[in-house]
Amino acid sequence: MTQHPHGTTGLIGASVPRVEDLALITGAGQYVDDIQLPGMLHMAVVRSPYPKARIRSIETAAARAMPGVAAVITSADLEGKLNVVAPPMFPGMQAPPTPALAAGMVYAVGAPIAAVVAATRTLAQDAANAVEVEYEPLPATVDVEVATAPGAAPVRDELQHNIVYTTVREGGDVDKAFGEAHHITRLRIQSPRQVVLAMEPRGLVAAPERPGQGLRVWISHQTPHLARSELAAELGYPEHLIHLSAPDVGGGFGSKSGIYREDLLACHLALKLDRPVKWVATRSEDFVATNQGRDQLMFSELALSQDGTMLGLKVKLLANMGAYLHFATAGPPQRMMGMAPGCYQIRNLRVEVSGVFTNTVSTGPYRGAGRPEAVLNIERLADLAARELGLDRIALRRKNFIRPDQFPYRTATGVEYDSGDYEKALDEALRLSGYDAMLRQRDERRARGELVGVGLCSFVEPSGGAFFESGSIRVEPSGAVTVLTGSSPHGQGLETTFAQVVGEKLGVPMDRISVRHGDTVAIQQGIGTFGSRSAIMGGGALVAAAEKVIDKAKRIAAHLLEAATEDIVLEDGAFAVAGVPNKAMTWAQISGAAHRGRIPADMEAGLQESATYDPRRESWGFGTHVALVSIETNTGELKIEKLVLVDDCGVLINPKIVEGQIHGGVAQGLGEALREHMRFDEDGQVLTGSLMDYAILRAADMPPLIMGETETPNPFNPLGVKGVGEAGANGAPPAVANAVMDALEPLGIRHVDMPYTAPKLWAAIRAAQGDQGA
Amino acid sequence: MPETTRGRPIPIQMTVNGIQRAADVEPRTLLVHFLRETLGLTGTHVGCDTTQCGACTVHLDGRAVKSCTILAAQAQGGDVTTIEGLANASGLHPVQEGFRQEHGLQCGYCTPGMIMNAADLLQRNPHPTEDEIKHALQGNLCRCTGYVNIVKAVQWAAAQRGGGDVPR
Repeated sequence: MTQHPHGTTGLIGASVPRVEDLALITGAGQYVDDIQLPGMLHMAVVRSPYPKARIRSIETAAARAMPGVAAVITSADLEGKLNVVAPPMFPGMQAPPTPALAAGMVYAVGAPIAAVVAATRTLAQDAANAVEVEYEPLPATVDVEVATAPGAAPVRDELQHNIVYTTVREGGDVDKAFGEAHHITRLRIQSPRQVVLAMEPRGLVAAPERPGQGLRVWISHQTPHLARSELAAELGYPEHLIHLSAPDVGGGFGSKSGIYREDLLACHLALKLDRPVKWVATRSEDFVATNQGRDQLMFSELALSQDGTMLGLKVKLLANMGAYLHFATAGPPQRMMGMAPGCYQIRNLRVEVSGVFTNTVSTGPYRGAGRPEAVLNIERLADLAARELGLDRIALRRKNFIRPDQFPYRTATGVEYDSGDYEKALDEALRLSGYDAMLRQRDERRARGELVGVGLCSFVEPSGGAFFESGSIRVEPSGAVTVLTGSSPHGQGLETTFAQVVGEKLGVPMDRISVRHGDTVAIQQGIGTFGSRSAIMGGGALVAAAEKVIDKAKRIAAHLLEAATEDIVLEDGAFAVAGVPNKAMTWAQISGAAHRGRIPADMEAGLQESATYDPRRESWGFGTHVALVSIETNTGELKIEKLVLVDDCGVLINPKIVEGQIHGGVAQGLGEALREHMRFDEDGQVLTGSLMDYAILRAADMPPLIMGETETPNPFNPLGVKGVGEAGANGAPPAVANAVMDALEPLGIRHVDMPYTAPKLWAAIRAAQGDQGA
Repeated sequence: MPETTRGRPIPIQMTVNGIQRAADVEPRTLLVHFLRETLGLTGTHVGCDTTQCGACTVHLDGRAVKSCTILAAQAQGGDVTTIEGLANASGLHPVQEGFRQEHGLQCGYCTPGMIMNAADLLQRNPHPTEDEIKHALQGNLCRCTGYVNIVKAVQWAAAQRGGGDVPR
């Protein structure tokens, strides 16, 4: 029997090197901006510098007269067409369309006002700079509490009020639980607004095909088929005449989903001018033109009995959605709502979520997309409750964990958790971190006057579930295998992971398998990659397709070997009558026969099968992260001294890739905890609009990571897998937050919102010392 | 360099990946745009507009530079190596191989710049400590990997060099 990595059995579970890498390490990647077409024009966009303003006039004559300029358009040229339309996800949702070019009013910094196309990128930018816009700046609304106060000015003229939607989920008897509670822990907590910041900015190339043949689009995107559908609807162009692909995509993290205004503009101009048009955001442009993440303000109350039993939870959440809604802007708070109780049995639950318009950049899904907010909320509450009740925070968690025998577990609001063993992950994290010793060291250092804290976070990570996914397996006449997946990776390594899955199932070595994705012509239908879904959904579809292909191959083998289909077995990549291995037939022989008519009379020719997968349920990964931090008293500088990560995402297909996903999620989560904060001043002006002002983690900022795992196979997935892409971003920030608050507890500080920048912690320490001194 | 009218092309020549290249470009043309758009060497990426991210890192006269922050004209007569020119007939550069071996990349967008910078580091310091590697990579941003495996990739490459051999 062959063994991994070069054989086939054991491919699932092996850390095989990625097949994607060779092109990417030699400069042969093909990202959108690498596409050059004959006659291609370049688009630049004139954007509002004001968060809210009336456009008095737009003067484009000078720009039009510049050399190389092919067109300058404003809203007047669009006649009300070309709007981004957010799907009305909830009854009564206010979702005014977002015009591709502002018509009369701008409601956020960065709102497009005019689009310029010219022969080169620099000529287009020169001409954009020559467009003169006269504005009447108006007072902007930035804060969600201001926006929702009675009598608040509307963020956009067409709004009756600034609520996008409000949804309420309630289960159990919340009032009774709070009435009977021994103690109520209250918390106002804000998740800081984050810039998604995929290293490749958003962009696309739109090119008219031969007359009547449609529109070709290459776009940096996570969900090509969904993008094509939305593009067709918003362009008013036939869906079947759009051939859209996502080439190599330089990261997405949720932001490269849905259609944006610039996408419509580039496609519109390509069709209008009958020339290819490219637009790629500059980094600073990407800051204001791409959905940002988080920015949820939560008012939470946790009702407890004297012994620490969690009786009830109430959350009121205001989610800042910015001024303009994109495809998935409304979604993240819903995700928070469904997992508000975290790992805990809380039988009385009320969560009220409101999306709120403000004159800020749009928000949307960002790695976690509501999950990190939910985890942060419940895990800060758990620590505060333990502190206020004088209980041990570990004991309080253990007491309230959903127990393994309770799965599938239905929460008080009817959300089903599929499986888990939260105490197992907690125990492993405590063991790996040397928790008790760490507490002793903390206390010793505290006695010497240091600010040292230990914190932990137990979390769930729901993944997959929404939509379906597709997979096709085509065994070529040579026996080589082409795999088509509706998942659309942009760094996740799915070409490797899915080749492992198919290789294992078919018994074909990886070098005989190619995985193709991201193209609406090559791939029949599909959804894409987001929400930690691809191993579950794309993997599930490929397992189903593999089973179909194997079934058909067995019938062909039975025909050729003159045996009964039930007697055919697939072993070591060959088909044989059970017990007669010496007459085995290879995939090449079977597929050759399938393509040359040597098949049963009632059988279709060829050897290719497709499947879709929709488990109609989510997969709930989980884990526990533990952090040890210290804070420099005189400067407020925070140091993460140790970070222990125990994650359970079920079966690991490629442990190295899973580890990489956790590393990346943690890095983004630590960015949120330590320093990342997209800020607007009180007038709505952008304060952190470039990488000069917005600090993501650099190499030396990463603390040492101690990785652990438990493996609880997903009983509802054919591969036993759960999602993991967002786990790091879910678990690490609350662990750090709890550690920081533990460090500051001796000063009497109860809560500080992330990010824990040195000035913020310094101010909190100074204020507390002042209080203590007084 | 002579004063020219903005937009009037000026002649540029330099050696890129061992080949003499010459073209007339606008004086304001950045080296990265000369490489990507004039020469079609698109392995060098642009990830920001403020010299923060390092995706555009190439070697100029043997040292790593951010090609978004120098004009093509400033590289006049220079010797440029891009990611496309790093491997040679005997195979991948050890840093390239290290990135593959240690899963040092995910989306791959920052990777060419990371590799060029790391190769420059190993040329100057064949056996860097972990801290030295992290310090050297401070000017290169990655949003996917958390840098953990990038550091390992550089360590992998350094280990290949064994005793005192100077990396290419």
